[in-house]
Amino acid sequence: MSEQIDDLIKSHYAAGFVTDIESDTLPPGLNEDVIRFISAKKNEPEWMLEWRLKAYHAWLEMVEPHWAHVSYPDIDFNAMSYFSAPKRDEDRPQSLDEVDPKLRETYDKLGIPLHEQEMLAGVAVDAVFDSVSVGTTFRKKLYEAGVIFCSISEALQDYPELVREHLGTVVPQKDNYYAALNSAVFSDGSFVYIPKGVKCPMELSTYFRINEAKTGQFERTLIVADEGSEVSYLEGCTAPMRDENQLHAAVVELVALDNAKIKYSTVQNWYPGDEEGKGGIYNFVTKRGLAHTNAHISWTQVETGSAITMKYPSCILKGDNSIGEFYSVALSSNFQQADTGTKMIHLGKNTRSTIISKGIAAGHGSNTYRGLVRMNPGATGARNYTRCDSLLIGDQCGAHTFPYIESKNPTAIIEHEASTSTVSDEQLFLCLQRGISEEKAVSMIVNGFCKEVFRELPMEFAVEAGKLLEVSLEGAVG
Amino acid sequence: MLSIKNLHATVEGEDILRGINLDIGPGEVHAIMGPNGSGKSTLGHVLTGREGYEVTAGEVTFMGQDLLALAPEERALAGLLLAFQYPVEIPGVSNMEFLKTAVDGMRKYRKLEAMDSVSFMKLAREVCKRVDLDQNFLKRGVNEGFSGGEKKRNELMQMMLLEPHLAILDETDSGLDIDALQVVAAGINSMRDGKRSFVLITHYQRLLNFIEPDHVHVLGGGRIVRSGDKSLALELEDKGYGWLESEAV
Ligand SMILES: Nc1ncnc2c1ncn2[C@@H]1O[C@H](COP(=O)(O)OP(=O)(O)OP(=O)(O)O)[C@@H](O)[C@H]1O
Ligand SMILES: [Mg+2]
Repeated sequence: MSEQIDDLIKSHYAAGFVTDIESDTLPPGLNEDVIRFISAKKNEPEWMLEWRLKAYHAWLEMVEPHWAHVSYPDIDFNAMSYFSAPKRDEDRPQSLDEVDPKLRETYDKLGIPLHEQEMLAGVAVDAVFDSVSVGTTFRKKLYEAGVIFCSISEALQDYPELVREHLGTVVPQKDNYYAALNSAVFSDGSFVYIPKGVKCPMELSTYFRINEAKTGQFERTLIVADEGSEVSYLEGCTAPMRDENQLHAAVVELVALDNAKIKYSTVQNWYPGDEEGKGGIYNFVTKRGLAHTNAHISWTQVETGSAITMKYPSCILKGDNSIGEFYSVALSSNFQQADTGTKMIHLGKNTRSTIISKGIAAGHGSNTYRGLVRMNPGATGARNYTRCDSLLIGDQCGAHTFPYIESKNPTAIIEHEASTSTVSDEQLFLCLQRGISEEKAVSMIVNGFCKEVFRELPMEFAVEAGKLLEVSLEGAVG
Repeated sequence: MLSIKNLHATVEGEDILRGINLDIGPGEVHAIMGPNGSGKSTLGHVLTGREGYEVTAGEVTFMGQDLLALAPEERALAGLLLAFQYPVEIPGVSNMEFLKTAVDGMRKYRKLEAMDSVSFMKLAREVCKRVDLDQNFLKRGVNEGFSGGEKKRNELMQMMLLEPHLAILDETDSGLDIDALQVVAAGINSMRDGKRSFVLITHYQRLLNFIEPDHVHVLGGGRIVRSGDKSLALELEDKGYGWLESEAV
């Protein structure tokens, strides 16, 4: 079996192309001037610049973390550029028709639903091309519902007070090394505000794509769901194939006020590097949600890309009865390394959290689940249920599970289950003997393994996630 | 239909099949009996192309094609089906999805129109009934937590849906209660159409009371040591294998 699988482990990364657009890229290097340049370029209010500089100085004092179960050479932060925007940013496109056709083509290749018909499917897309938002669809319809969905730079112009009120309240500037760096240099990202009692009329979606070689991508996303509101947000990511590694250090902050519900789904397909482990994205992202009373935050992620992933979408269950969920599928094949998981911090009474993690390792992939469940003294009657399943395909990959449990409240209940299974030769042979190809068989088994997580994705993306897994496994197995 | 000439095969370097010769015509039923470890299952695995079983000599023609040149899934698509002695579980993959995927592939290969989900569901339910399995088994994972007998009936169900030209049933009758044995036998008989051929690997003459074989072969030490008609099975039931083995040496 392993020979065939090895043969099949030849990744053909469907999204690996480079768009040739003249871009306005800052020379490599990071210093105060760079930050001033970014802030000025974006015409930011003074407080924002101060905020960035504060983060920068904090960052200078911090050291790069090396505790995760991944290994990579040190990153030279002065060798990369911190700003890259498509040209013509003076007269940024006002509508999709004005968007550079080449850019549109890029999106088309990625299958991003920017077209009218796709919009009718009910998806509003805030497309982030490198660092600047180029087109936001359906903003008007959302506006009528009172929903604000725009790039964070626009939000800083149009709703500075809203941004100021919430930015950094969930992930403070000094939270960690990469969050500090992001806070200093973040280029753009999405901003969402759902007013009180409003159920957002459609799925919101952002596609990230890293295009410019040697640019770090520092997205900043802030989603605020006001009392009793509801929103479902999908983030999809892709990057073109390149030999050198690229850094992605995003920050996502979710604020769910009383009785609000935020569902944040990620389908991530960064370029994972080639069969030899050359190139690929370093994905070091800080994602965290703050749930107030009765609020509900749900993270769903399907991770198939990245050379190295370190990512722990977390929930701070501050309000009583608040709920946190984490559903994850992480696939590592070839030489990918993924160290991912979640943190559930229970502060309020009767808070509940559920963690379902499905790790798949194939080829030489290494997959690590790292999760923390903390019950603070105030978390009376809190509950957590965790399940970590690993699926190994072939015999050269590895899966690791590191659950950390801290309970400071004796009434809190924490349950943890874990399993490891392999795709056996017998299973594959049964499929072959019924005329099902090995490729199809593996994808069927893997899809079955991930079912519980896919179920959590918005309908149209569940299909996409299944396909993505199939394509990635083409690289990994079939 | 199937013609095996001087087939030798090794598993992990051990000679297991040592010169099998067997001809199976269309519509025929051949029973293969023989003591534990004589190579019956190995024969099934070698014919279906299971990895780890190495053919060291011999030829096999299946419906005019060189069977040994085909990949395992091609052999299956060409119409060769093996019902496993020990069916494996595939947790998480629903039986329905598994069956539909297999049938879709088969229909495509046979250039038949694809079946929509609704008609397939209907068909699958009927077949479930024919093997006396509750419809819930369609929703469960492939063989997941099935009892021994339920797994065997699930194998039969796959045969009914895939309609092979030649089915090798490896001890499909083992571990069945008396009623189930009749259900399985009736199921197999219902598939006999004068063209489809069967190889029944079994330890018990009992099954052959329900399905009348055209030929009975006894495998011993990787060779066919005796062939005969159905009376051979009765004789074996009576005397055991001892007398044959001494003859074979
Ligand atoms: N993977 C394997 N590794 C080593 N030996 C094997 C392997 N598979 C089969 N054998 C050996 O080959 C011989 C034939 O096995 P096989 O399963 O074909 O017997 P069988 O006739 O089907 O027996 P039973 O009636 O018990 O099912 C046995 O001695 C068995 O131990
Ligand atoms: Mg056997």
